[in-house]
Amino acid sequence: MSEAKNVLHVENVTMQFGGVVAVDNLTMDVNEGEIVALIGPNGAGKTTAFNVITGVYEPTNGAIDFEGKRIIENKPQGKMKKLYAGQNNGVYTSVIRKTPDCLTRLGMARTFQNIRLFKSMTVFDNVLTAKHMRRTSNYFTAMLHLNGKEEAAMRQQTLDLLTLVGLEDVKDELATSLPYGKQRKLEIARALATNPTLLLLDEPAAGMNPQETVELTEFIRYIREKFNLTILLIEHHMNLVMDISDRIYVIDFGKEICEGTPAQVQSDPRVIEAYLGVAEDDE
Amino acid sequence: MRETFWDKNKRTVCNLGLVAVIFLALVAIELFAPSTSMWFSVLRKVCTFSLAAVSMNLLNGFTGLFSLGQAGFMLLGAYTYAIFTIPSEARVSVFRNYGTSVIDFQMPLIPALLIAGVVAAFFAFLIGLPVLRLKSDYLAIATLGFAEIVRGLVQLQQFGPVTNGPDPINKFTSPDNVLVYAGITGVCVLLIVLLINSTYGRAFKAIRDDEIAAEAMGINLAHHKRLSFVTSSFFCGIAGAMLAMCNTSVSAVTFTSSMTYQILLVVVIGGIGSVSGSILAAFIYYSSSEWWLKFLDVETFTQAGTKVPLLGPGFRMVVFSVLIMIVVLFFHKGMLGSREMSVYDGFMKIRRLFCRKQTAKTEGGEQA
Repeated sequence: MSEAKNVLHVENVTMQFGGVVAVDNLTMDVNEGEIVALIGPNGAGKTTAFNVITGVYEPTNGAIDFEGKRIIENKPQGKMKKLYAGQNNGVYTSVIRKTPDCLTRLGMARTFQNIRLFKSMTVFDNVLTAKHMRRTSNYFTAMLHLNGKEEAAMRQQTLDLLTLVGLEDVKDELATSLPYGKQRKLEIARALATNPTLLLLDEPAAGMNPQETVELTEFIRYIREKFNLTILLIEHHMNLVMDISDRIYVIDFGKEICEGTPAQVQSDPRVIEAYLGVAEDDE
Repeated sequence: MRETFWDKNKRTVCNLGLVAVIFLALVAIELFAPSTSMWFSVLRKVCTFSLAAVSMNLLNGFTGLFSLGQAGFMLLGAYTYAIFTIPSEARVSVFRNYGTSVIDFQMPLIPALLIAGVVAAFFAFLIGLPVLRLKSDYLAIATLGFAEIVRGLVQLQQFGPVTNGPDPINKFTSPDNVLVYAGITGVCVLLIVLLINSTYGRAFKAIRDDEIAAEAMGINLAHHKRLSFVTSSFFCGIAGAMLAMCNTSVSAVTFTSSMTYQILLVVVIGGIGSVSGSILAAFIYYSSSEWWLKFLDVETFTQAGTKVPLLGPGFRMVVFSVLIMIVVLFFHKGMLGSREMSVYDGFMKIRRLFCRKQTAKTEGGEQA
């Protein structure tokens, strides 16, 4: 079996807030072209894990590699030296930090659980803003509008992208005036505009009805093909997760309890145990 | 069907037409108004504070950074401009308490203006390093503190040979011509508008709308906030230099925090996030407070000889404050909100209104 290229490698990541270990020694791999889901009951630490990967939080201990390059590494510091309750203390010695914007420039784009569009801007400008990051013109040439070529290229790429995702007919409308499903789509389109290799989706189907969820599933598949993406997603809608994921990681109380294909995960007794009882009010 | 040049640019063309009309009006005033006319002093002030308001709007309205350091940066600009443009022979008389000035040469107007901006921008860069980590009210308080510190420092005796201590600086180049002021403001505002419509302007607006999302889109927050802060302060410094020209004398006591609040008021009345709104509001604000409402401050007697009630010193500010409250109550987002004035759209609106009336009339006629 030929080994696929590793895109994201999360290694022994522990995130501790005060005395609470929110993510406990999480290790996971995402290979090129895969759709990997991270699931777990409410409060299992999914979003925390996601925020560590995207650079919003610094992990207390552990390391993350992106495309074979170390992007984040940390060891317990300050008062955490005493408080640290996780494992692998002392394995990691250096400290590597990257802010979310650095990670985006490296090729990791994300969306948000509660949609975060630029409210005062049109659909077109929302996507166009994401192109700012790849600018080559400096402040003064941009201010004097001497970067006409680059600006035109940015606008063309934005238009092409909007056509691809089917939002070109609403491009001049205010982002917030779109219906919910389209706002989600726009948020994904905006993330795609940063030309990512890895797309991180935080509960993309949150608040969607079954019909919209089906459409979203199709859409995620479509963009994966179109943009050669690797996707990591957090999701509560089991239909969506089981439908599109190649592999699934299940975590509970911050710990990974199971990993495998949708079929393997569904029949795993530990997963059933974690979800039993909470399944009613969870879904 | 391909869009014609007119279709694409009709709004810009119409707005440029408006700018040209305003410019011609200024030329007419400059040429034909009697030399005692209030127009001159009012328009100089309007130009100065338009630029100050627009530069504040760049920061508060377009980048979402609530800063109240305007007076401080204007002070830096005003002092820099004044110090560099005093003629050599006048320096001894201006700096009489300190022997002479450290700087002993005179610069032409435009380089001095640029240096005024650069000095303000430099201090903005320094103060921005620690202060821009703060958000909303905290940033406002920190920048307000900075402005007060600057105001205190320039008055120190130790800086006397440079800043003339607490004594005012005068005798520097201060042109009377309104067109000079309008020209400086025009160029600066044009640059700000171009910036707002560039890719950096979009990044600023993204930061204003949602910092977290902007960062996730690869926009370096610290870098862009600093850019906006420094640029805004640069133009603020130039506005300060213009204020120095207006007043023909510079003294630190002019640049109190109440001046910042005046500018803020202009920005809010005009609409946070609207350049044309700021300019319009600056015009209305300064011409009414300095001119149109002046008659309220004078005790007036009717022909029968009885005194008109209430009129007297200070009453102008009462009426003025009431007017401001009315504006704020009825225009929640300022006069223009976050939109820009558009001659074309305004014209179309009027035409539509007119056409509707006409069609209603003809329909009514048919029914009859």
